[in-house]
Amino acid sequence: MTKLVLERLNESLIHAMEMDERIHLIGEDLLDPYGGAFKVTRGISSRFPGRVLTTPISEAAITGVATGMALRGLRPVVEIMFGDFSTLIFDQIVNHAAKFSWVYDGHVSVPLVVRTPMGGRRGYGPTHSQSLEKFFLGIPGIKVLSPNTLGDPGTLLENAIQDDGPVMFMEHKLLYPCRMLEEKFGDLADATVTKSREIFPTFTIGFSSTPKVTLATFGYNFELTRQAVLEALYEREVFTEIILFSQLSPFDLDPLFQSLSRTQRLITVEEGTQNVGWGSEICTRALEQIEFPLKVKRIASLNLPIANARSLEEAILPSRQDIKQAIFELAGE
Amino acid sequence: MPMNRNFDWYLQMLLIRRFEERLLDEFSKGTLNGTTHAYIGQEANAVGIMDALNEQDVVFSNHRCHGHFLAYGGDPYLLAAEIMGKVTGVVGGRGGSQHIQWKNFYSNGIQGGIVPIATGMGLAEKIKKSGQIVVTFLGDGTLGEGIVYESLNMASLWKIPILYVLENNYYAQTTPLHLAMAGQIWERFNSFGINTWECDTTDVAEINILAGEAVKYVRKHNEPGCLIIHTYRYSAHSKGDDFRDTAEIEAHKKSDPLVVHGIRLSSALRKKAEAQIRDLIEASFSRASLDPEPAIEELIST
Repeated sequence: MTKLVLERLNESLIHAMEMDERIHLIGEDLLDPYGGAFKVTRGISSRFPGRVLTTPISEAAITGVATGMALRGLRPVVEIMFGDFSTLIFDQIVNHAAKFSWVYDGHVSVPLVVRTPMGGRRGYGPTHSQSLEKFFLGIPGIKVLSPNTLGDPGTLLENAIQDDGPVMFMEHKLLYPCRMLEEKFGDLADATVTKSREIFPTFTIGFSSTPKVTLATFGYNFELTRQAVLEALYEREVFTEIILFSQLSPFDLDPLFQSLSRTQRLITVEEGTQNVGWGSEICTRALEQIEFPLKVKRIASLNLPIANARSLEEAILPSRQDIKQAIFELAGE
Repeated sequence: MPMNRNFDWYLQMLLIRRFEERLLDEFSKGTLNGTTHAYIGQEANAVGIMDALNEQDVVFSNHRCHGHFLAYGGDPYLLAAEIMGKVTGVVGGRGGSQHIQWKNFYSNGIQGGIVPIATGMGLAEKIKKSGQIVVTFLGDGTLGEGIVYESLNMASLWKIPILYVLENNYYAQTTPLHLAMAGQIWERFNSFGINTWECDTTDVAEINILAGEAVKYVRKHNEPGCLIIHTYRYSAHSKGDDFRDTAEIEAHKKSDPLVVHGIRLSSALRKKAEAQIRDLIEASFSRASLDPEPAIEELIST
């Protein structure tokens, strides 16, 4: 049996800290026995006394303190307990961490990682369920990464820590208990997986040499997308290709464009609200770049806060069914 | 006190004064792009504090950073070139007046935003056991920013070797202190368990002694401190935004730090300093003015 995403994230932090004493963890409620709200840091404070800093509830200053540590030769990894609270760190990221290296003409580097879990479907309501990745996309000077079950989340996190620039590492609450996939097994039994980009990889997952629709997605949405794609395949024999991104920003869409040359139909799948989202940028770039006619569709949340009631939350967030319908629609089924 | 120290202090304060005057003059002639925040009137603070630091200590300054940079030992030519937008500037013309980095000196332009960063730098120096401390500069106006208090809390909790220097010049841009701040400044630091040193003077020697005590305490005890200096700027916050009573400004000018300290020097030495600084400023600005602007290719480097 493969490992859980949560296990791999935890193991990779331990491994990274064993290899490099400059690495420190900093965030709220990180100490054992609690080990962080989603347990990603469980066991680490006991193993590395003094290198895990549990903090007051001060997301903005935590991020600033970590930026200062990074400027002076350490490699801090920040945990923001809920992705929703990343609004509080926005100034520190945009006006400080992201800018220093370039504005100071390359005199300094800011090896900072900010990890935070996004996402709903846990009934946490409007301020603990959002997917706010889009607000960090396109900020010059930072990378935005998102782990998934196909690439190794642990390796992705270790590579993020080794990066010399600031990285927003956007996890998803529902991804933690997911098991990592193995090629040629389970859902991927009949799939062909190709990887482009070594460090922060993009995967092309094909189920046929003649796919009709390309689906672009990241993070936990890959779980929904994969299920929808398999259902579309079994129910109506509609073949698709999934482009799974680990790096959301800066945008590197070459594998996507290659897939679109085969399908000429694009669906983007994300959990944030649809307006001005990740998918909006992807679709625009595809339309700018590609000369042949292209059909696009963005699957995302309704442009509303995320309601607490399960029925409303389900209606607001994108579902497997929504993705499947979009596939049929674009495929002309 | 040795004569050369008194002369050096005077020279440094005069350098800041004449540099800022030259900048304001260039702006009024329309030869410079953007804006500036002059340090005129506050020179004794920077000079007194920097002389109390070790060479390896770290300094994080704010929007009004020219005086801090020059007192730190920064080259007026590099700063002039930076503000002129020349490729030879401190950071190649990318940062301008408020955003510079040289050796262990840093500055940035967001009120309060630098405070947690400087605090984190102090934490890093403590973890590395470098023996270095961090000094960061705040104004009275910065005390309105919530992130300052988040930072003070952590600095005190974790015993971080950082000296917060609070330069209270009584105005946040155009807003007087009494319209922007409740309570007392020292109480804000004391309530986090941070020791304060406080003075109301323009005498560089007094400031240097007090800064020396504060710096020594921070280094020895590995914990934060705060040096509060009540001061006054003689020029506008930046440009064209001065609505203060001219009588008030004139009254403050009676305790001009250059005059207060200048009486310790002979008039011959003061004249010597003037000539030396006049030449340095002229050489810096004229050399910088001949330098090229950054090429577009510079955009993609590093």
